[in-house]
Amino acid sequence: MQPLPDWGNGVAPNVITAKNLRKSFGTFTAVDGISFAVQKAECFGLLGPNGAGKTSTIRMLYGYSPSSGGELHLFDQRITDDWRTVKNRIGVCQQEDNLDPDLSVRDNLLTYARYFNLAAADARATTGRLLKFFALDNRAATNIRELSGGMKRRLVLARSLINNPDLLILDEPTTGLDPQSRHQVWERLEELKTGGLTILLTTHYMEEAARLCDRLVIMNQGRILVEGRPHELIRQYVGREVIEIAPTDAALITCLQSRGLHFETFGQRLVIHNQADTGLFAALTEIFDGRRCTLRPATLEDVFLHLTGRELRE
Amino acid sequence: MRNLSISARWVRVWQRNFSVYRHTWKISFLPPLLEPLFYLAAFGIGLSSLVKGFSYRGQEIAYLPFIAPALLAITIMYNAFFETSYASFVRMYYQKTFDAMLATPLTLEEVITGEIAWAATKAVIAALLMQSVISLCGLVHYPEGLLLLPLAALGGLAFAAIGMVFTSLVPNIETFNLPIFLFITPMFLFSGTFFPLQNLPTWAQWLAQVFPLTHLTMLVRACALGRLDLTLMWSLFYLVAFFLVAYPLAIRGMRKRLIK
Repeated sequence: MQPLPDWGNGVAPNVITAKNLRKSFGTFTAVDGISFAVQKAECFGLLGPNGAGKTSTIRMLYGYSPSSGGELHLFDQRITDDWRTVKNRIGVCQQEDNLDPDLSVRDNLLTYARYFNLAAADARATTGRLLKFFALDNRAATNIRELSGGMKRRLVLARSLINNPDLLILDEPTTGLDPQSRHQVWERLEELKTGGLTILLTTHYMEEAARLCDRLVIMNQGRILVEGRPHELIRQYVGREVIEIAPTDAALITCLQSRGLHFETFGQRLVIHNQADTGLFAALTEIFDGRRCTLRPATLEDVFLHLTGRELRE
Repeated sequence: MRNLSISARWVRVWQRNFSVYRHTWKISFLPPLLEPLFYLAAFGIGLSSLVKGFSYRGQEIAYLPFIAPALLAITIMYNAFFETSYASFVRMYYQKTFDAMLATPLTLEEVITGEIAWAATKAVIAALLMQSVISLCGLVHYPEGLLLLPLAALGGLAFAAIGMVFTSLVPNIETFNLPIFLFITPMFLFSGTFFPLQNLPTWAQWLAQVFPLTHLTMLVRACALGRLDLTLMWSLFYLVAFFLVAYPLAIRGMRKRLIK
């Protein structure tokens, strides 16, 4: 969306470097020593079930909460050194809707621009440009309470870009949106990515992570389980295709065990990953009712459930 | 993070609240204009005939000139206190406005300072409106009456800061009933507002000295009546000290509440 600043010497520096980062609340450890690096112009995903420590991590990144240990560098600066400069270069889209309901759409952006000490003329120009970019320009004078969920999200995103950030932090940007709004948000984010913006994203939608993220980590209980590119993780942990059989029964399980196949069962559903035998699906549909068997491409969701388990996190 | 704490950027928070106020000024203007008229009508016309003139600080005074400045002091208290209690709590808890602010270069200290400064400003605006009404009724002595403006700012800061202390402590919005019934309402009644303090038993007179409203009322009344003297310095000192204690307490409390 805007030209990126030149960091010199041609070597892509890290925008975020976290080393053994920790966060505890009393005796509870939310983030248990995680290390990762995000490079310039990269979209990096933080995935994990509820309580994995994603939001705690993000809050340390944008300086909302102090870390309990480890090191954190943003733009090659230690975050304790010059917080104000670092925060000036970050845009944050928080999880909960915290638009200012006392102000109109345009005033939300103009007021937020003042928090960054933007000059009034710049703020007005950027506001106009962002409203257009997020297709909100015909709603500029509307009260926040009259906006749909999708429009509100787009406005939160627009607001997080008001300071022309070098790093955009998105905490579940599409949670609760209808498919149309989600796709619209994704398109905008892809445009920003193409423009060279560095993005850190948390999400519960694996489809979203697979589509937007260049690299990602999957977290569980405050630790990083795996790190990699989405398609590489899928190949490595699940393979190309997945066979699902439902409902399952004893005969089926005995058959699979006799063939020495690895599988996971979840209630009435049975999932086979990493099958080397390309004829397996055809063989199974012959032995068992074909309508019970599904062959589909492996997804990031398979990786996620395989690594973090299927039990509820509440 | 602690070391950069506060800069002039708190003005941005003040500006945010001022923008909202500008949109609703027609409604916000009405209470401070109408309220004194109601009170003056009720007390001036209704109650005055029952109350004979009495002696206040060694001089005879009628009831209406006695009570009009007290109403001004009460307006200052209400406007400041309700802004940093209910209104700030709504912004903090329901609207998550502070969360959004803290994702920008604003610090917590600046957010809270901006809120307190805004509440004091609101108190000054309300006092100014009310002062113009009671001045038209001939109840403010000038030029001493000009001192009411800085006095409203000081009183506003003191009550805004203590309001913010309660906001940092209450678990939910209903709990504000507690400081209102135990702190604000007794002050409203027993701070030498509607009757002179000397009518109270000695122990209650001493207790009233703790109330910031007692001191604000004394100061406002002295300015309005044009009867300034050096003993008022103690009240002035008390209000300044009250603010200087409550303000850091408010910041500490809010830091404890919000930064996790």
